[in-house]
Amino acid sequence: MSFVTVKNVFQTYGRRPIIERVNVEIEEGEFISIVGASGCGKSTFLRLLLAQETPTFGSVSIAGAAPATEPGLDRGVVFQRYSVFPHLTVRDNIVAGGSFRRPWGRFFGAERKAAMARADETLARCGLDHVADQYPATLSGGMQQRLAIGQALAARPRVLLLDEPFGALDPGTRLSMHEFLTELRAETLMTVFMVTHDLHEAFKLGDRVLVFDKPRWDPHDPNAYGATITFDFDARDGGIPFQALEEKTHVLQAH
Amino acid sequence: MRLINIKPGRPFAVFLMLLPFLFVFLTYAIGSDIRLSANPQDKLLPAPDKIWDTMVRLVSEGDRRTGRILFWHDTWASLQRLGLGIGISASVGLLFGLLIGLFPLVRSFLAQFVAVLSMIPPLALLPILFIVFGLGELSKVVLIVVGTLPFLIRDLSQRVIEIPEELLVKAQTLGASSWVIAIRVALPQVMPRLIQSVRLSLGPAWLFLIAAEAIASDGGLGYRIFLVRRYLAMDVIFTYVIWITILAFLIDWGLRWISRRFFHWVQEGL
Repeated sequence: MSFVTVKNVFQTYGRRPIIERVNVEIEEGEFISIVGASGCGKSTFLRLLLAQETPTFGSVSIAGAAPATEPGLDRGVVFQRYSVFPHLTVRDNIVAGGSFRRPWGRFFGAERKAAMARADETLARCGLDHVADQYPATLSGGMQQRLAIGQALAARPRVLLLDEPFGALDPGTRLSMHEFLTELRAETLMTVFMVTHDLHEAFKLGDRVLVFDKPRWDPHDPNAYGATITFDFDARDGGIPFQALEEKTHVLQAH
Repeated sequence: MRLINIKPGRPFAVFLMLLPFLFVFLTYAIGSDIRLSANPQDKLLPAPDKIWDTMVRLVSEGDRRTGRILFWHDTWASLQRLGLGIGISASVGLLFGLLIGLFPLVRSFLAQFVAVLSMIPPLALLPILFIVFGLGELSKVVLIVVGTLPFLIRDLSQRVIEIPEELLVKAQTLGASSWVIAIRVALPQVMPRLIQSVRLSLGPAWLFLIAAEAIASDGGLGYRIFLVRRYLAMDVIFTYVIWITILAFLIDWGLRWISRRFFHWVQEGL
């Protein structure tokens, strides 16, 4: 039994199909990159994984649980924008990752002190300890996204969903975010889904790259058919195909 | 250099700001002088120094019969009504704004109803309020509430709806219940906007207050203005109008200060 199971999922808005016949199984700890042209249902697929929307047909289940009907603790998310709470300081944003599940949404007393200390550790790891008391509006785009990732991880989700998390960042910041994410993943071994426009990024970070595209295309009615997963690449070892590696080792062994 | 690129320096900006006030004052002084030189008994445009004398007399001398200084008494009575009315409106508006904005069920239930209610001209309801609540304080406070509440509810619910969906989804992935989302995400985000909306509805609130006081009251700023109108006491009316303007300005300024002081996470511009 795989960790995330997507079984025969269709999603339709009104009469317009967005995605159709999506089947995919994902093992725990895999990093899945999702790429495809604009309007090909990548973000819809992520919203289905997030349970922000429920599929018209089919099911998405995580860790063998029943298909969720609303977003919950087992799924963490980072959007391209609006991912942190603007009215909370940087530290409180991290604390919120643990405290929002409480009846009043906050910690009290000793628990609060402990949560603050833990938040400071998380911030130090994200390189944000020097701005802990500032509000997110004063942070750069890269810092805000680091904060968003730190906040999502503070809630300890089973899967992390990233919707074009680095889309609005400049190339340099993007590279350092890749390093940050790679380090975090090595520590937590979390299952990650990342929607991106950047093919290079998709292959660099992902273990698998899923490509969404429309297999059927009616030139008279471009919206008649939905998109589905058309390619499922193995992107480990820099995207070098498994067979090629085998050949190489074979050659090496022969000598 | 293009006109759009010419910016005044600090002293010149202050001068420009004061200019229209000065202009109005001078226009009045000249007009008053022309009328008074033609007829020294003229009551329509009393001379500025006479208005000043009246002001000093009003704020310092007590009523001949009771000894109370009516000016402060009126001010206190009016501010009480205004504060009570706006306070009730703001709290109820905030509550219903959150409910309508956050819960689709409540939105379907109440949004259209509030939209229809807000179309009722509040002043047309004034006779009903007087009949139902009597001529006392209650009917005046209720008029302010009736006049400002529908706007506040509609405005605040709209603001709650405008909170990015991403933030609400994010809160859910952190395990927040509807209640926690309401008090920890929606409420703090909508508070600065509540102050903005209250600032906007202060104008109508003053209007309803003065209208209610003018029709049936035994004290208050609006009551006094409409009382001395019978004696053509323009100097008293001017004093009260200037005072009301100053009060309204100070309240607005205070609210803006609160908004800046406590909600500085909202970027500059409020």
